[in-house]
Amino acid sequence: MTKKVDFNSVKPEEVKEELLSKYPVKVARKRAKQIVINKVESGDVVPEVLANTRTVPGILTMRGCAYAGCKGVVLGPTRDILQITHGPIGCAFYSWLTRRNQTKPKTDDATNFMPYTMSTDLQEDEVIFGGEKKLKKAIEEAIGLFKPKAIGIFSTCPVGLIGDDVHAVAREMEEKFPDVNIFGFSCEGYKGVSQSAGHHIANNKVFTDVVGLSDKPKEGKFRFNILGEYNIGGDAFEIERVAEKCGLTIHSTFSGNSEYEEFITAHTADLNVVMCHRSINYLAEMMEKKYGIPWFKVNFIGADSSAKSLRKIAEYFGDKELMANVEKVIAEEMIEVEKVRLDVKSRCEGKTAMLFVGGSRAHHYQDLFREIGMQTLSAGYEFAHRDDYEGRKVIPEIVIDADTRNIEELTVEKDDKRFSPRKSESEIEAYSKKGFKWSDYDGMMPEMMNNTLVIDDLNHYETEVLIEKYRPDIFCAGIKEKYVVQKQGIPLKQLHSYDYSGPYAGFKGAINFYKEIDRILNTNVFKLVKAPWQETPELSGSYAWNK
Amino acid sequence: MRKVAIYGKGGIGKSTTTQNTVAALAEAGKKVMVVGCDPKADSTRLLLGGLSQKTVLDTLRTEGEDLDLEDVVKVGFKGTRNVESGGPEPGVGCAGRGIITSINLLEQLGAYSDKWELDYVFYDVLGDVVCGGFAMPIRDGKAEEIYIVCSGEMMAMYAANNICKGIVKFAESGVVRLGGLICNSRKVDREADLIQALADKLGTQMIHFVPRDNMVQRAEINRKTVIDYDPTVGQADEYRQLAMAIDNNKMFVIPKPLETEELEKLLIEFGLEA
Repeated sequence: MTKKVDFNSVKPEEVKEELLSKYPVKVARKRAKQIVINKVESGDVVPEVLANTRTVPGILTMRGCAYAGCKGVVLGPTRDILQITHGPIGCAFYSWLTRRNQTKPKTDDATNFMPYTMSTDLQEDEVIFGGEKKLKKAIEEAIGLFKPKAIGIFSTCPVGLIGDDVHAVAREMEEKFPDVNIFGFSCEGYKGVSQSAGHHIANNKVFTDVVGLSDKPKEGKFRFNILGEYNIGGDAFEIERVAEKCGLTIHSTFSGNSEYEEFITAHTADLNVVMCHRSINYLAEMMEKKYGIPWFKVNFIGADSSAKSLRKIAEYFGDKELMANVEKVIAEEMIEVEKVRLDVKSRCEGKTAMLFVGGSRAHHYQDLFREIGMQTLSAGYEFAHRDDYEGRKVIPEIVIDADTRNIEELTVEKDDKRFSPRKSESEIEAYSKKGFKWSDYDGMMPEMMNNTLVIDDLNHYETEVLIEKYRPDIFCAGIKEKYVVQKQGIPLKQLHSYDYSGPYAGFKGAINFYKEIDRILNTNVFKLVKAPWQETPELSGSYAWNK
Repeated sequence: MRKVAIYGKGGIGKSTTTQNTVAALAEAGKKVMVVGCDPKADSTRLLLGGLSQKTVLDTLRTEGEDLDLEDVVKVGFKGTRNVESGGPEPGVGCAGRGIITSINLLEQLGAYSDKWELDYVFYDVLGDVVCGGFAMPIRDGKAEEIYIVCSGEMMAMYAANNICKGIVKFAESGVVRLGGLICNSRKVDREADLIQALADKLGTQMIHFVPRDNMVQRAEINRKTVIDYDPTVGQADEYRQLAMAIDNNKMFVIPKPLETEELEKLLIEFGLEA
C-alpha cells in the first residue's frame, strides 16, 4: 500500500491514455481535451484546456451546483445580510458554514446572522401550489425577528421548476419594508455547468443591488477592497492583521469577515485586488467600468506570494513611506516564517502533491508547497474557465456556448457622476512600462512544470488511477474526495474547509500550513494502519470488461 | 375493475363526454368512480349537480395528514363516486406534481379498494400530456385503457397523435393500451371518415361518433348530464351507445403515431376532396 513510485519514471502520456481507455469513444474524445500534459512555451503559452463545459452524466464529478456557488461561496461569508434559502431544508442546512467561513463582528452586540441558517423549508404543498406566499411570510418573520438591513433570497432547484418569481417577491416586500434592501438570486442549482454559474449570478446582483448605494467613504489611508477572499479558517483575519501593520486600509472584503455597510460603499475605495479570480473577476471588471477602480490579481497564499502582493499594492499607491513600511513588515514577518520553513523543508523536500480544488486554490497552494520544497505532480480545477488555466490572454478565444449564454451578462456603463479614474492614463502607462500588470491573471499552467498533468473537472475514477500511478504524498481536494483517497493510504488535505485548521493566508498562515503539512506527511499513521481488506478480503471478483 | 383514462386537446369536450358516458354506465348498473385530474376541478360538476366539491389537494392542505376518504369522495348521479384532484391557481406552483400527490393519496386512502366493488374508474385528464405529472394516470398501470376525445379539426388531431406518442412510451414498459378514438363532432366536413382514417392509421378504432347537439349545452347549464336532464332525447342514446361500446370493447392496442407529414397528408386528402 505504501510503495513509493518514482514520479520521474511515470510517463504522463501513458497515464492519460489509461485514464481515457475506460471511457466510451465520445466521452474519451471530450475528456482528452480536459486532460492536458503541461508544456510552457515562450510568452507563457500553454496547451489549450477544455474547461467550463458540462460533465458527462454518469461521471462522479467533484463539482457543486450554482446555488452552492452563489449562496455557499460568494454571499455566505457575509454576516449581516440575512440570507433566506427558498427551497427544501437540506439546501440551507448543507450550505451553512460548511466552508468554515469565520467572522468577527466589530462589537459584541453587532449584527451577526452567521450562527443561523434560514430557509422557507419548501414542502410538497408549496411545490404544488407555489411557494411565493411562504417566502413572503418568511421575509416578514425574518424582518420582525432580526430587523436586518438587507435580505438575500436564494433560489433552489424546485423554485425554478415551479416558477416562483423571487424577484417580484423581493420588490413587493421592499415596498412594504422600505428600510430593508431585499434582493433575490436566480441561482437554481441546475443553472450552468458548475458552481461557477452561481458566482456570476451572485456578482451581478451584488453589483446592481448592493455596491454603490452609499457614497460615504470609510476613514483611512490607502483604501482598497479584496475581492474573492472568503475567510476560510480565518484567512481574512491574517490578511487584515498584515495590512493594518503595513498602514493599509482594507475597505471591504468580498466577502470574508464582511459587512453590508462596507459593500454599499465599496466603490469609494481606490483599488480592487482579486484573490479568487474565478469567483469574482466579474465584479472587479464591472466596478472598473462603472467607477474607474483599477484591479489586479494578488495571492496571499504563500509567504513569498504574500510579500509580492503587498509590494504590488504599495507600489500602486506609490507612497514612499508605505513602501518602506511594507518592506519592514515583510522582513519582520519572514524571520519566523523562514525558521519554520527551513525546518519543515528538511523533512518535506522532494515530496509530491496533487491539487484538485476550486477555481484558484489549486494554483495558489502550489506556492506554499513549493516553499517547503514539494513538487506538484498534477493539478486541476472543479469549476474554472480556460483563463484560470491559461491566463486572461485567451479570453478573446473562448467560445461562448449555450450554457454560458444562459447566465446573464450585465452591460455596464460609466457612472457619469461617480466615475473617477484613480490613475491617469499616463500613470497607468508608466506603471505598465515598469512591468506592472493591470486587470490580468496569468493562470495556473505557466507556473506549473512541464509534463505535469493538468486535469479539468477530475472525477472519482480518474482520482483512483492517478493515485495508483503516481502515489503522491498528499492529495488536496474536498470532503467528497477525502475518504476515497485516504482509503488508498494517501492523506487528503481539504482546501475548501481546511479540516478544522487554518488560517493559511499571509505569513502566520504560511507557518500554519508548513506545520500542518509536516504533521500530515511525517506521521506514521498511514503506514501503521492496515485496513481489514488488506488482510482478509471480504469479496473478490473481477470486472466484466476484464474477462 | 377497468381503469380508463380520457385524454384529448383542451376544450374538446373530455369532461362532458366522460361524465355523460359515466352517467350512461351508471344507469346501466355499473359502479363507477371518476377522478378529475384538472386543477380547475370541473370534471365532476355534472355528476354532482354543481361545483361544490372539495378537492383532494385542498383537503390535504386544510386537514393535513388526518384525512379520510369520505372527505374527498362525493357520491353523485346514480351512485357514481366522484373525486377532484384540484391544484394551484393558474400560473403558480406545479399542477403535475399535484396530480401525482393526489393519486398516490387516493391509493393510500383505499379509494380503489375492493369494498367499493367498482366496475370502472375514469381519469379525466387536463389537455395534452404536458409533463410527467399529467402522464401520471397512464404510468404505473394506474389507467389501463385510454380513450382520446377528438374532432375533425386539425389541432384536435395533432393533439390526439401526440397523446399516442405518450401512450407508446408508457405502453412499451407497462400495461396501458389505447382503446379508441371518440369523435366529438364539430361538424367538420367528412368528419367521421377522417377520424376513421386516422384511427386506421394509428391502428385503433373510432369507438363512437358523438354528434353535435345543443341538448348537451342545455343539460350543462342545468348542471346535469344529458341522461340525467332528459333521458328520452336522442343525444342520451348516443352516450348510451358510447358507454356500451366501451363496456364491450375488446380492441386494446399500442398505437402507431403518425409522422407530421403523414398526418397533414390525411387532412389535405379529406379536406380537399370535401
